[in-house]
Amino acid sequence: MNFEKAFSIHDDAMIIRGKRASVLASNIANADTPNYKARDIDFQSILKHVDKQQTNSLNMVSTHSDHINLNSSPHSRKTLKYRNPLHASLDGNTVDSHVEQSKFSQNALQYKTSFTFLNNSVKGIIKALKGE
Amino acid sequence: MGLFSNFDISGSAISAQSIRLNTTASNLANTETVASSPKEAYRSKQPIFQAMMDDRSRPEKVGVRMLGITESNGEAKPLYDPGHKLANEEGYVFGSNVNSVEEMANMISASRSYQNNVEVLSTSRDLLLHVLSLGS
Repeated sequence: MNFEKAFSIHDDAMIIRGKRASVLASNIANADTPNYKARDIDFQSILKHVDKQQTNSLNMVSTHSDHINLNSSPHSRKTLKYRNPLHASLDGNTVDSHVEQSKFSQNALQYKTSFTFLNNSVKGIIKALKGE
Repeated sequence: MGLFSNFDISGSAISAQSIRLNTTASNLANTETVASSPKEAYRSKQPIFQAMMDDRSRPEKVGVRMLGITESNGEAKPLYDPGHKLANEEGYVFGSNVNSVEEMANMISASRSYQNNVEVLSTSRDLLLHVLSLGS
């Protein structure tokens, strides 16, 4: 048995959800900053990439955080995309705090969901180890 | 860990919004302040916010920085009050250029943003506390 397989994609999902929470928190924090453009993470495309990475791990070793990976990693800025604003604002800010709030709470719920799945896997492994 | 940086992000925003509340309070407090020349008159103060990315390898973390506080260029309103101690030779004193309606709207906006960020902070804290219970 492989631990990576045991946790399925839920450990990766939790990392990405955590990062997305930071992106959305940044948007909410900069709701009043002139010229700030709201950003978001495309969860699906990153998860696809993570899936690919697990199946064929032919990546070069990077020894520094600024090294460029051929397949863009979940940590690269390429995965951050700008949000299409629903309406224009005078100061060039594209944050709609209500949209960000709802996305943030949705993301928090999805984070908890991933955690629950992960927790169940961990509990299963512990149960198997104890053999009671 | 992604969620821990939320404390920095929302913390910087809360501090920026509280400075904005401070300037609003100063402006509202000095609405009726008068001076003997337009130069000395109280001018409405406004903070300038800027997005701040302090770690290039972590582009998801963007907090708020205070760039400084500007003073409004609006004209100080002359008031005719010859009996006033600060009146000039023509009998005028100069009031502040604070627009109190604008300041009230500003205050509401700042307090809503403050609350938003506190909510983000407490949600992040709850999630992290939840993760501590892994395996139980």
